[in-house]
Amino acid sequence: MSYILDQEQLDGLEEALTTDLMTLGIQSVILIDMAGNVIVNLDDGKVRHDVYSLAALAAGNFGAVSAMASIIGEEEFSLLFHKGKSENINFTKIMDDFLLVSIFGNDVSLGYLRLKIDEVIKKIKVLIEQTRST
Amino acid sequence: MAFINTKTKEVQVKLVFVGPGRGGKTTNLEYIFSRIRHRIESDMVSIKTQGDRTLFFDFLPFELGAIKGYNVKTQLYTVPGQVKYNATRKLVLKGVDGIVFVADSMVDRRENNINALNNLTENLKFYDIDIADLPLVFQYNKRDLATEGIPILDVESMEKDLNAQLKAPSFTASALKGDNVIPTVKKAISITLVGIRDKLL
Repeated sequence: MSYILDQEQLDGLEEALTTDLMTLGIQSVILIDMAGNVIVNLDDGKVRHDVYSLAALAAGNFGAVSAMASIIGEEEFSLLFHKGKSENINFTKIMDDFLLVSIFGNDVSLGYLRLKIDEVIKKIKVLIEQTRST
Repeated sequence: MAFINTKTKEVQVKLVFVGPGRGGKTTNLEYIFSRIRHRIESDMVSIKTQGDRTLFFDFLPFELGAIKGYNVKTQLYTVPGQVKYNATRKLVLKGVDGIVFVADSMVDRRENNINALNNLTENLKFYDIDIADLPLVFQYNKRDLATEGIPILDVESMEKDLNAQLKAPSFTASALKGDNVIPTVKKAISITLVGIRDKLL
């Protein structure tokens, strides 16, 4: 199976992520699917991450954490966040098949970021629901 | 589940190397990496145990060229072969577009090959995929061991054990020496892309 996102959808996703998240001053945001494919990749122009490896690891990591949740009787863990010395990473599941990976420094408040992520997810859901599966 | 990006004109394809433990899946990827590392930006990512066995997966992304104006980004994964790591093996198979089944030619690994194929069939069912519908290539690995006097299975019996019903393309190979590694992966990519090609606008 494969799926296609058209230009309009991708433009919409980029715009929503730029307006709601990149303007907060975060380093980068990557929208991926659970297979590890990169759908949208935005950054502040200062970083140069290996996004394809990051996406594969993020999808694997998220899958592993979900499996752990299920073993201990939880449906899923709502907060998936790794804190580093200067960089942090937050994962947010979108519907069943997509994952939003946000990388940000200590100057961005996690609470505020999560609020903005909740807002952008609503927009992303609307855009992705028009996706064509083949 | 291949992703087709109409904006960046890019197709992302996930190919997974599957097979019994110590069969040579990681060695396949290491050989491919050694051949292409000069032209790719990424490193090969490996999540291993302390004993150097694959714990979660190996990952190697590379660009393949273009089809109908779309850049094809192929992502090669391996799964851990050890029986006890089925949970992680199943996770890596999520969204798979094509499979390379790396079978071990050593006589005493015959049962392991069959069990690994049965396990793959079961794990694919979890994602509602019938193994017969998925692009698949068999690689009968470690053929070089015959020259060292180690008993290996003949190709006919491996075909009978593993490929009698699936009738997928198959290659004899030595991942350690690099024999037939590239033809195996090329074949897997080409049959995987056949299905996707028609969907490109």
